[in-house]
Amino acid sequence: MSEKTETEISSLSFEAALSELEKIVAKLESGEAPLQESIAIYERGEALKAHCESQLKAAETRIEKITLSKAGEPTGTAPLDE
Amino acid sequence: MMNEPTETPQSNAHEFTVSELSQSVKRAVEDEFGHVRVRGEVGRLSRPASGHIYFDLKDDKAVISTVAWKGVASRWRFQPEQGLEVIVTGRMTTFPGQSKYQIIVENVEPAGAGALMALLEERRKKLAAEGLFDAEHKQDLPYLPRVIGVVTSPSGAVIRDILHRLADRFPTHVIVWPVRVQGEACAPEVAAAVEGFNMLPPEGNIPRPDLIIVARGGGSVEDLWGFNEEAVVRAISESSIPIISAIGHETDTSLADFAADKRAPTPTGAAEMAVPVRSELIAYVDDLGTRQRTSARRIVARARDGLRASAAGLPRPAEILAEARQRLDIAQTRLAAALGRARQKKALQLAQLAPRLNRRVLLQTISSHRARIEALPLQAAILRTLGAKRQQLEQSWQLANSLGYRNVLARGFALVSDAQGKLVRSASVLGAGDRVSLKFADGDKEATISGSAAAPPLKPKKPKKSSAPPDNGQADLF
Repeated sequence: MSEKTETEISSLSFEAALSELEKIVAKLESGEAPLQESIAIYERGEALKAHCESQLKAAETRIEKITLSKAGEPTGTAPLDE
Repeated sequence: MMNEPTETPQSNAHEFTVSELSQSVKRAVEDEFGHVRVRGEVGRLSRPASGHIYFDLKDDKAVISTVAWKGVASRWRFQPEQGLEVIVTGRMTTFPGQSKYQIIVENVEPAGAGALMALLEERRKKLAAEGLFDAEHKQDLPYLPRVIGVVTSPSGAVIRDILHRLADRFPTHVIVWPVRVQGEACAPEVAAAVEGFNMLPPEGNIPRPDLIIVARGGGSVEDLWGFNEEAVVRAISESSIPIISAIGHETDTSLADFAADKRAPTPTGAAEMAVPVRSELIAYVDDLGTRQRTSARRIVARARDGLRASAAGLPRPAEILAEARQRLDIAQTRLAAALGRARQKKALQLAQLAPRLNRRVLLQTISSHRARIEALPLQAAILRTLGAKRQQLEQSWQLANSLGYRNVLARGFALVSDAQGKLVRSASVLGAGDRVSLKFADGDKEATISGSAAAPPLKPKKPKKSSAPPDNGQADLF
């Protein structure tokens, strides 16, 4: 089951993962969840957090410019020389 | 030429050829109107493939044709449109081939901002009626775009501002689609760029952006006019990729802005809308992690405390037994002591009683009882009782005699007994020749039954049955 959950998390967008993490934190902070559920959602929360962090770490600047054919069709990209 | 003689004296006017006159008129017009500035409304307008622009300039009474050569028109910031009040600058010339005169247009500018704004408003209403600006068509921007497409000039402050702010906030993959942002080429190029980004296949060699920024720096209404063109507005409105527009300054509003999903006041503002601040997000995610760890730990700690409290409430097994054990201890202690005490008590009692138990006391008791027995008037009482009993016996005997069989015999009856002395109660048991004894009140007589002996074998049984002594027969007679 956890394997399935992990693949499911890895396909989540940053926003979706963050939003779910926020819900989990709110639920844990409210203290309403029973102990066993708390532990389960905490584990999921940790996985979501790791997913968010990896997406934030992966960010890098890359600037390109579309190159166009004579007919105006995009043919590829080239570095943008400012 | 003037001096040439004529053959028709009626008229000495000079005779031109058509070309001569046309050329003469052309020179005169060009000399006289080498530079004109004309205000009028744009009438019929055409843009043939040559790239030149032909349009009529008119007012309520007259029409003048104009032409703008391709090389000139392409540099214009503002493009004339039918119905628009404009001021045209240029020179007059004639077109001898068609007997026409026209203005070679150098520049066109709208006749005051009011006129242009009126046109803009009219177009806005038309496109709004088509639903191009409807709020329900607006798409949400992705929270964290992986690739941002920017439609703008590849050089200049705008792209630098955008890239700079993006780098500050969140390093991102940016693909610039270079376009001219003013002049006649602006609108078609911007529209083609927006459409081009949308047509990129999702997994192609050029990454497909998940957000587009259409940007241009500030300028006059005419400078920004390309972003009011229908082609641009439609391309933006139809884009399946969310679009942020940042056209001109905040006070400038283009129709592209109306069609975009979000409008930014400046190119920098567009970059701010496009991406969150990475460092803030990192801190936020970190904070969420801390909060969830803390609260999860608190939940576990609280559960542990609860368990401890409950466990503390449970008496310990030793305690449960302790009281019983104590009671047992006490009982045991008391048992030994009590046993000793009880023995002492009994010993004391025994010691008190023992002297009282002796033979003399017993003999004394016996002799006193004997004396009492001897003192009793026993003999007289017994004799009295015997006398009474004897009297009773005699009375009973008399009664028995009066009721006895002898008295019956005395009344004339006789008892019959067989040879064995058994009482005979029935005639059937006696056969002929059987010997019987007859008992009378005053004595016995032997007798023999007369008649023939018939079935005597059965007889002996009967006498056996009544083997009782004759005395027993007494009761039977009653």
